Amino acid sequence: MEQKSRKEILKKLFFSTLYLSAFTFGGGYVIVTLLKNKFVDELHWIDEAEMMDLVAIAQSSPGAIAVNGAIVVGYKLAGFPGILFAILGAIIPPVVILTVISYFYAAFKSNFIIQALLKGMRAGVGAVILSVVWDMGSSVVKLKDTLLLVIMVAAFIANYFYDVNVIYIILLVAAIGAVRTIWRERRKGNTK
Amino acid sequence: MIYVELFFAFLQIGAFSFGGGYAAMPLIQQQVVNQYHWMTMADFTDLITISQMTPGPIAINAATFVGNQVAGFQGALVATLACVLPSCIFVTALAWLYTKYKNLTTMQGILIALRPAVVAMIATAGFLILIPAFFLNQSVSFQAGNFQIRPVLYFVGAMILLRKWKMDPVLVMVLCGVAEVIWQSAAAVL
Repeated sequence: MEQKSRKEILKKLFFSTLYLSAFTFGGGYVIVTLLKNKFVDELHWIDEAEMMDLVAIAQSSPGAIAVNGAIVVGYKLAGFPGILFAILGAIIPPVVILTVISYFYAAFKSNFIIQALLKGMRAGVGAVILSVVWDMGSSVVKLKDTLLLVIMVAAFIANYFYDVNVIYIILLVAAIGAVRTIWRERRKGNTK
Repeated sequence: MIYVELFFAFLQIGAFSFGGGYAAMPLIQQQVVNQYHWMTMADFTDLITISQMTPGPIAINAATFVGNQVAGFQGALVATLACVLPSCIFVTALAWLYTKYKNLTTMQGILIALRPAVVAMIATAGFLILIPAFFLNQSVSFQAGNFQIRPVLYFVGAMILLRKWKMDPVLVMVLCGVAEVIWQSAAAVL
C-alpha cells in the first residue's frame, strides 16, 4: 500500500460515500457491498478480512447500515476526521433530496392525481412491508429456536395490541439476548 | 423548544434502531406520529413511500423531512445530526472494543435475540399502515362505506407481484398508485 496524503484520503472518502449514497437504491446492505468494492477491491486501502470485521461492527451498531458502514470505513482510514467526511458524504444526498420533496409536499398533496397516486401506493407500501416481514420472519422460524419464536410473538402482541413503546421492547429483548449469550459462554467454559 | 424536541426524538430513533433499513420504521412512527404528533399516519405512510423511491436510509430521510416540515431547514439539520450521532458513538466504541478484544460474541447474541422483535415491530407498522387504508374510520368492521374494496385488491395484487413474480418493490408501489389514478379519473369522467 503506497503512502497517501491525509488530504487525498479524506477527499476520496467524501466523494465515494457521496456518490454511493446518491445513486444506491435498495438499502444499506447494498451500500456496504459497494464500499467493499471501492476500498478493498479497487483502492486496496483495506484488506478483505478486516473489511468483514468492519461490516460486522456496522451491522451490530444501531442506526442506518449505510451511515454506519461509512463511519467504520472513515474511522479505519483517517480516524475522527475520516468519520466526519464519510458521514457528510453519506447524508448530503438524502438531506438535499428530502428537503426539496418536503418543500413541494404540501402543494403536491393537494393535487388530484398525486393524491390518488399516494392513496393507491399506501396499499402497495403495506404489501412491500409485509413481504419483508414474511422473508425476515421465515428466516427466524428456520432457526428452530423456541426463545426467538416466543420473542417474536410476544413482541408483536405487546406492540400491536398493547401499544408498548418499542424502545422498552428493544431494551428488554437486548437484555434477554445478552444474558443468554453470557450464560452459554460460561457453560461452554465450564464443560471444557 | 422545538429544536430540543426534534433532537431528542431523532436521537432515540438513531440509538434504538438495530438491524438497519425497516427496523427504524416503528421507532420513527412511535416518536413522530404517536408521541409528538408531527405527522398523521397517512403522512407517515407517504414518507415511507417516498423513502422507498429515493436513495438514502429511511431514518435520515425521515429526519430531514420531518425537521423541514416542523421547523424549517435548521430543524432538518438538527434532526439529521441527532439521528447519526448515536451511530458515531456506537460504531467507534465497538470498533475500539473490537480492536482491543477481537470479540463481539455478546453483541451478536443481543442482535440474534433482537431480530425476531424487530420483525414483530415491522409487522405492527405494516398493519398500522394497512388498517386505515382498508377501513375508512380505522376500525375493523365490514360495513358499507367503511370497508374499502380497492385498496384490498391493490394489496392482494401487490403481494402476488412481489412474492410470485419477484417484481421490484418500487415498481409494485407505483403500479398500485397508477391503478388508483386510473380508477379515480374514470370515476370522475363517467
